[in-house]
Amino acid sequence: MKRFQGRVITPGEVTAPAVVTKQGFNTLASFQMALQFGDKEVKCGDQSNQELYGKSLLGKALCLPQTIGSTTGGLVLYCACSMKKNPACMLFANPIDSLAAAGAVLADVWVDGVSMPVVDSLGQEFLDYVQDGMSIKVLPDGVVEVE
Amino acid sequence: MILTKEQQAILDGEQGETLAKVMKTLVMYGEAFGAEKLVPITSEYNHLVTSFGLKVMSPVYDLMQQLLDADVCSGQKFSVDPRPIDKNVPANFLQNLVFNKFMYTKQDFYEAQLERLGLMNDQAFTCTCYMDQVGNKPKKGDVLSWAESSAVVYANSVLGARCNRNSGIIDIMGSIVGYVPYFGLLTDEGRKATWVVRVCTTKKPEAQLLGSAIGMKVMEDVPYVIGLDQWIGTELNEDACAYLKDFGAATASNGAVGLYHIERLTPEAVEQGSTLIAEDAKEYIIDDAELARVQQNYPVIWKNPEAKPKLCFVGCPHLSLSQLKTWTVQLEEALAKNGKKKVVLPTVFTAAPAVLESFAKTEYAERLKATGVITSYICPLMYMNNPLCKKMPVITSSNKLRTYTSARYYTDGEILSIITGGK
Repeated sequence: MKRFQGRVITPGEVTAPAVVTKQGFNTLASFQMALQFGDKEVKCGDQSNQELYGKSLLGKALCLPQTIGSTTGGLVLYCACSMKKNPACMLFANPIDSLAAAGAVLADVWVDGVSMPVVDSLGQEFLDYVQDGMSIKVLPDGVVEVE
Repeated sequence: MILTKEQQAILDGEQGETLAKVMKTLVMYGEAFGAEKLVPITSEYNHLVTSFGLKVMSPVYDLMQQLLDADVCSGQKFSVDPRPIDKNVPANFLQNLVFNKFMYTKQDFYEAQLERLGLMNDQAFTCTCYMDQVGNKPKKGDVLSWAESSAVVYANSVLGARCNRNSGIIDIMGSIVGYVPYFGLLTDEGRKATWVVRVCTTKKPEAQLLGSAIGMKVMEDVPYVIGLDQWIGTELNEDACAYLKDFGAATASNGAVGLYHIERLTPEAVEQGSTLIAEDAKEYIIDDAELARVQQNYPVIWKNPEAKPKLCFVGCPHLSLSQLKTWTVQLEEALAKNGKKKVVLPTVFTAAPAVLESFAKTEYAERLKATGVITSYICPLMYMNNPLCKKMPVITSSNKLRTYTSARYYTDGEILSIITGGK
């Protein structure tokens, strides 16, 4: 088991299996088809992201460097949370970007009954270490345990 | 974050629970970036990125309704991104069925909400709200709460306004309380260039290709571009502004650029020169070979890469009045040269409703119509979101449209040749 210390953007505690992308996560492209057509597994629809394309994001610990793409990204993430089709948590290797931060905060403030802890600044070592399927535990103080 | 008494009172709920949640959203958003204060928005108008009544976005409309029900609307009027559908744009029966019965079923409902929330007028649907004809053009130094990426980068770079690359919904929330968190591109430090880009091409670089190359290299950083003034001049005239509109949209969509400086041209570069460049700035040299490499590396994601194009979009971001006129002349010349009377491929030119209205009053409008080109106020991105449109071989000279959809990119010159039946 390895521990990484990050910074809490939105707090919470959760344990979930990891899905990992080492390239920027395009929020709109990843969620759009799944949300639009009611995909129960919320499979990633971004054809440009071969690490995630077709993999379920629902209830997973999404490990990523940062998000990229359209500035609708934040509201797409907010919609995913409102519809309970969100990852269990989002874990950023880099400092969070403005679109992801907006989505995380909107979900935290405006969506009742959904908790999606978001931690950033976990470092490149975190992203180099973590692999799909590893068990991730997020603690309220921003500590992330990977095993 | 240190708040003023007035801001703290809003956060404490003295003006109601909903407004307190709006303030809490902005405070948490700012704290994620180390913002120590909120600063007043100073622009006359706001601009929203969410223009589409997409059924799947119901939570957004529910949230807007919460704002309306609590009567916490913005004091600022706003423009908004383009409408997603237009019956003038070619679509078959099934595509129209998906547009009208599955995708944009909330359009009328959402537009009614926008009107109540403070839409400038029923023509204020465009990504190029800063066009003179539209009338939402911030002044130098204005602080904005915008989110549309191509408009943000234009406002920051060409107009000298100050705005972060916000997300949708954050845009209206800033406008409602009248403040935005002070960080990033609002600060002098955040506007320093961390890249120096040297343009060393032997001809005027294609705006959308140059922007793409720079965006992919610098990502969210600020580039200071040297050598472009020899191709587009040192005056922010109509042609230069149109060039920078397309260039900026490509930097913002192919990367995440929110501000660029062009030596001897954009306002802060003119005023401050190379003092805008950070000490440890990196360097990127762009020559003809680099631009060719970038274009050759764009993936073609059509099912059949050799398919004959079925539709062409020009105008993402929306075309300016001068661009519509220039395209008209170029089309006439190319059609005459190729022995054709009309374009050989359904072609849609998109522009703001107010720009199209002005264009319609010029002699060019009839001439463009005679070439067979269709004009529309639509958002091509919203059109291409239709899964049935994604399968179509669509071509475009927009690098933003290429990035977010299956549309295939060609330069303006290549597009002109293809749609006029040239070799």
